[in-house]
Amino acid sequence: MTYQPSALQLQREAAKRRASRRSTLIALSSTLAFGFVLVLVVTGAQGYEMVKNSFFNWHYAKQAMPSVFHGLLLNLRVLIIAEFFVLLIGLLIAVARTSTSPVLYPVRLVATIYTDLFRGLPLLLVLLLVGLGIPGLRISWIPNSAVVLGTVALVLTYSAYVAEVIRAGIEGVNPTQRQAARALGLTQSQTLEHVVLPQAFRNVTPPLLNDLVSLQKDSGLISVLGAVDAIRAAGIQTAQSFNFTPYLVAGALFVLLTIPLTRFTDWLTRKQDARQRAQGQW
Amino acid sequence: MNALFELKGLRKSFGDNLVLDDVSINFPAQSATVIIGASGSGKSTLMRCMNLLEELNDGQINLDGTDISAYGTDIDSVRGQIGSVFQAFNLFPHLTVVENITLAPRLVHGIKKEVADKNARDLLKRFGLADKADEFPNLLSGGQQQRVAIIRAIATNPKLLLLDEVTSALDPVLIAEVLTLISELKRDGMTMVIATHEMGFAKKIADSVVFLHKGRVHESGIPESIFESPKTQELKDFLGALHQAGRL
Repeated sequence: MTYQPSALQLQREAAKRRASRRSTLIALSSTLAFGFVLVLVVTGAQGYEMVKNSFFNWHYAKQAMPSVFHGLLLNLRVLIIAEFFVLLIGLLIAVARTSTSPVLYPVRLVATIYTDLFRGLPLLLVLLLVGLGIPGLRISWIPNSAVVLGTVALVLTYSAYVAEVIRAGIEGVNPTQRQAARALGLTQSQTLEHVVLPQAFRNVTPPLLNDLVSLQKDSGLISVLGAVDAIRAAGIQTAQSFNFTPYLVAGALFVLLTIPLTRFTDWLTRKQDARQRAQGQW
Repeated sequence: MNALFELKGLRKSFGDNLVLDDVSINFPAQSATVIIGASGSGKSTLMRCMNLLEELNDGQINLDGTDISAYGTDIDSVRGQIGSVFQAFNLFPHLTVVENITLAPRLVHGIKKEVADKNARDLLKRFGLADKADEFPNLLSGGQQQRVAIIRAIATNPKLLLLDEVTSALDPVLIAEVLTLISELKRDGMTMVIATHEMGFAKKIADSVVFLHKGRVHESGIPESIFESPKTQELKDFLGALHQAGRL
């Protein structure tokens, strides 16, 4: 005999459908009402026309687009290089801080001081100290390009954050995993490479990507050193026209740049949660 | 009979707590020795001392004529000769079943990937797990995971296999799967040390039984004498408790 849902079940399903239709309707009307009020408040404001002209001017937006976009390419380059070094240095520091070998004691000490210092220092300050201080030393072999020094400052600050994230990941791997690997005869470093780190990175991928998103937008701060990135390019345009629209263009481009990575982070987090639920770890 | 593996006067304490007190046991080649005792009797610590996961406070461990507890011993190479399986499986969750099994052969014993892979698949096939070879551990049942853990431990052809309460986390049907595998290894002539609460299984598989009480070898002998005619009151009490709990 084929399965026939009971009258009670059909009733339940109908009620569920009605409830979901109602929720959709409420959400829709609430959104419309909210949008209406928002438009009313903003357009009704006394300075609305002025703000609209100086921040949302299509003419200036079009004019600024090429140079701001060109500047964004610099941000992208800085970003890719900085991300590479941040992950590398962060990993080295995290491994150093979690090692127990007495030989590495001084390394651990330096790594601890480094993370404490650079997690505490405001990025803007690091940028100024590195970008203006180092060229001031007049050491001939150190490049004094704003782009290079700005990237160095970003790497210094973000490596400290990323090191802490990776360290949390390493410490989150169950000690029995390390033990099982050692019992099989794997050396310390083989255990780290093949058993601990792969699991550590898997555990901290979402917070790690979060830091990279943050690095992505903070790459715009190198403009304070005079590097012509997207923000600086927008500033130059603004200085010529006294219209702030170019800044908005730069802002929009940065948001567009980070959205794929943030969506990817969300997706990955959801996937991992599902995987852990499947394992019954919740 | 010459012992393959030999413990002489082992002593281990955690702070003031003396966990192992002058433990001496001989393990002849190809024998299965079952270690029994209540929780806290020192069983697990003894197992962990045997593969050098714990540092000894005194005593000596000989494997195949070499003192592996001597200062300066290459611990990693010793562990490569001793297979260990734990109560909590401890499979590597980020590696597939085959990768779990081939990790040590490849990294520790320098066996080529193809060869190690084939060995692993042969072992899996033999123990009825061929279809799980490329799964990740989290998709396996507890019994399957524990069997993979045992295969992982023997894939390096160890001289000695340590099994520490390998069935404690499993339900009866899964326990049977695991015990069948262990019996087969015994037939193959694997030298084994087994800490377990499965007394029925102990009776069947053991060549000798060691009763550990308060960190000392309280009584030892062939299974018949230990289970049928215990001499000391402590062993009688222990067996009585197991009987009451329906485990004997």
